[in-house]
Amino acid sequence: MSPAVIIFIVLALVAVACAVAMLVSKNAVYSALFLVLNFATIGVIYLMLGAPFIAVAQITVYAGAIMVLFLFVIMLLGGENLRLGEPLRGQRLIGLIFGAVLLAEIVLLLIFRSGMDQMVGTLTIDTSPAALGLEMFNKYSLPFEVTSLVLLVAVIGAVILTRVDPIRRPGKPDQDRKDQSGRQA
Amino acid sequence: MLLSEVSLHDPVFRLAPLVIFLPLAGVILNLLIGRRLGELGAGLIACLAGAGAFAVSAALAFGLKSSPEGAIVLIWRWFQVGNLDLNWSLKVDTLSVTMMLVVSGVGTLIHIYATRYMHSDVRHHHEPGRYTRFFVFFNLFLAAMMVLVSADNFLMLFVGWEGVGLCSYLLIGFWFEGGEGGLGNARAAKKAFVVNRIGDFGLLIAIFIMLGAFGSLEFSRVFAAAPAVTATAPGVVLAITLFMLLGVTGKSAQLPLFVWLPDAMAGPTPVSALIHAATMVTAGVYLVARSQPLFVQAPLAADVVLWVGAITALFAGTIAVGQYDIKKVLAYSTISQLGFMVAAVGMGAVVAGMFHLITHAFFKALLFLAAGSVILALEEADHGHDLQDAQDMRVMGGLRSRLPVTFWTFLIGALALSGLVPLAGFFSKDEILVAAQQKSPAVFIILLAAAFLTAFYMARQVFLVFFGRPRSGAAEHARENPPLITVPLIALALLSIFGGVLNLPGVHTLEHWLEHSLNVTPAKFVLWIALVSLAVLAAAVTLAWLLYGRKPRATAREADPLAARLGGLYRALEARWKVDEFYSWLVVRPFERAAEFLSSIFDLKLINGLGDGLGALVQSLSTAASRIQNGFVRSYTLVFLVGVTAILAYLLLR
Amino acid sequence: MIPLAYYIALSAVMFTLGVVGVILRRNALVVFMSLELMFNAANLAFMAFASYYQALSGQMFVIFVMAVAAAEVAVGLALMVAIFKAKKAVDVDEMSSLKG
Repeated sequence: MSPAVIIFIVLALVAVACAVAMLVSKNAVYSALFLVLNFATIGVIYLMLGAPFIAVAQITVYAGAIMVLFLFVIMLLGGENLRLGEPLRGQRLIGLIFGAVLLAEIVLLLIFRSGMDQMVGTLTIDTSPAALGLEMFNKYSLPFEVTSLVLLVAVIGAVILTRVDPIRRPGKPDQDRKDQSGRQA
Repeated sequence: MLLSEVSLHDPVFRLAPLVIFLPLAGVILNLLIGRRLGELGAGLIACLAGAGAFAVSAALAFGLKSSPEGAIVLIWRWFQVGNLDLNWSLKVDTLSVTMMLVVSGVGTLIHIYATRYMHSDVRHHHEPGRYTRFFVFFNLFLAAMMVLVSADNFLMLFVGWEGVGLCSYLLIGFWFEGGEGGLGNARAAKKAFVVNRIGDFGLLIAIFIMLGAFGSLEFSRVFAAAPAVTATAPGVVLAITLFMLLGVTGKSAQLPLFVWLPDAMAGPTPVSALIHAATMVTAGVYLVARSQPLFVQAPLAADVVLWVGAITALFAGTIAVGQYDIKKVLAYSTISQLGFMVAAVGMGAVVAGMFHLITHAFFKALLFLAAGSVILALEEADHGHDLQDAQDMRVMGGLRSRLPVTFWTFLIGALALSGLVPLAGFFSKDEILVAAQQKSPAVFIILLAAAFLTAFYMARQVFLVFFGRPRSGAAEHARENPPLITVPLIALALLSIFGGVLNLPGVHTLEHWLEHSLNVTPAKFVLWIALVSLAVLAAAVTLAWLLYGRKPRATAREADPLAARLGGLYRALEARWKVDEFYSWLVVRPFERAAEFLSSIFDLKLINGLGDGLGALVQSLSTAASRIQNGFVRSYTLVFLVGVTAILAYLLLR
Repeated sequence: MIPLAYYIALSAVMFTLGVVGVILRRNALVVFMSLELMFNAANLAFMAFASYYQALSGQMFVIFVMAVAAAEVAVGLALMVAIFKAKKAVDVDEMSSLKG
């Protein structure tokens, strides 16, 4: 077993353990923190795959920005703890069974259909941010623009959904009357 | 507009489509802006549309004078199915142009009359807004009638045939909220429509058989092929002509389908004059005349036509004797005269039939319009509103001095209808009688009897309406109508006087005119027949004078002098031989009972039960199914997961 | 050199854990985190295949997934806040008004 495989297996075990811990934590803050750890682990795996830019983006965007947003909301809403119990009968059992079935199916489909002998090394092509940028603005300019639109819509949507009061429009009736009386005076 | 590739001998024939499109333009204009223009504008548009059509018809007639073989003017290729190639094309020949002239000429005069008549009528019925609608319908009728008479194939003729039927329905029910129990007029319109439908069904069947046997509906090709088809399958032409006859009895109000025409008098009087006396009801006569080559091949059918016409002439004449409604008398008279025409075309005297059609259009329109003038005068003089029925002749009387113009024109019309020499009716009726005498003595006797009745009931009507003393306050104070009413009357009276010139014995203008489109047998003038018919006229008028003129009825309630002399027979006449009741017993009542059964048992219980049951089933099923929708997102996700695993399993096991 | 199958196995396990989390957890925020976990599983598979095929497109896809995930989280959390205002809860079982 080469050192790379050993490192990978360790990282994988950490990632899976973090994911399981996220699922079973009763406190949502713990869940979020376990998820951050999971993302960081995945980021290391990206480094192993020879994609430093993606790895850094993984850390900053996911583990950084998104998870910080999560923590904000958790603390804002006070939703750390929920009462226990499962109101839906059979949900837990059926969910676990079919989760296991899904896992088995994916493994069967993706691994045993294609075999075990393909090996993955590091990327040998240029994966620098400059190369990615060129690729993005040459080949993927339309998806890029669409994504920018998606982000814009998301920003506007978030603002409108969390708005507290309706916006005051200029020129409300009482305002007008006040203006007029001022002019007369 | 695509005009014909067929060479037109005279460029004036290119105008032909205008006879349809001018009235149609009137319809559209009045629909769009008629209400805004007011009565004057709407009436003017309608009259101009009619007059324009008349001018075009006259131009076509002059064109035909130089090139009498006429032309076929293609407007539009309608459709092509298999071997059948149908066009909207107008047949411009002497026959169709004659009809166009009558329809648009008489029609325009009646339009002018109606501008004034409807002015009062809509006020009398308290709804001035309907004025425009009336003229829209009127112009639409003109357009449809022009389609009918100018058609070059049977299907286009059928379109016009249905179009005039529709207009007739709309105009009979013009005051649809009026009549007995608020439903009478609507019921009359419905009756006309349904009875006409029976006839139309016959015509449609005739067209279908024709399509099967001839493979074409164009007049020229059908008529050209008729002898060959008769030689191979004689029954086919007989069937076509007999079914066509069913259509004729419907549209031209012949036995046994005449019952709708008297009820059609529920419409305003100009409608009765234009549609139910002068033009539309003559469509059947025109159809037989046009299809003459077919009837020549089926002598049996022609004989049936002849007998239907003759018996109708007599039968309707008897009923007219017992009527008191001024318009009903004229309605039965119309049926009787249509019987004369149908008999004439049935015996092959097509020119005589067409001649009578034309003169009848003149004097029957005149009589109806004059009757309308009487009704109008009575309604306007009826200040106390004590008149039950302004059309009842028993409340009239003594109107001779009060409505002088109306009286004289009515008298001219009545005499023309009765056949006094030298008015129009004398010549046309005489031609029919001569032809009948040559064909069969029995028919001659029947028609002579009908002529006697015609003179009798017209004299009776004149005596009842215009002579004696007024029998109601309204009749007492009636005053003559303004010129818009009387000028058309005078014009029609002149036409009734001089209409005979069209086909004078020895000259035969109309005969030579029509021989370009029909096979004519030269008519003869037989002196003794003319004298006999004049003697019959004199006898009838004398009898009527003895009964009604010498000692006029004094009050409205008095019994008819005939009632005492004829007893039960007169009551049967008054009750119109109970034909309506018989039909009601034979057809309407069983039909209603069957409908009742079907609606209460079959429809309500079975069909509705089936529908309700299905509805209840679906409802309970969906209620059960809606429980699956429990609102828990996690359940939905679970179902989603199950679906995904199922699809993956399928992919694995494939 | 690591077998491709290892990466895929890790990705599959993480994805399944995300699915199970969505189905079993009632806390709407944890459900969201499970969704993020599934995104990452998919991203991992993309990256693995990108390396295997020596192609840049896999990495591009990961970038777009990240951007969309960010947008999704922003809207989702805003929705969560709005729902919390109305229901005073972050329990997904409370959000069952649309039942039949």
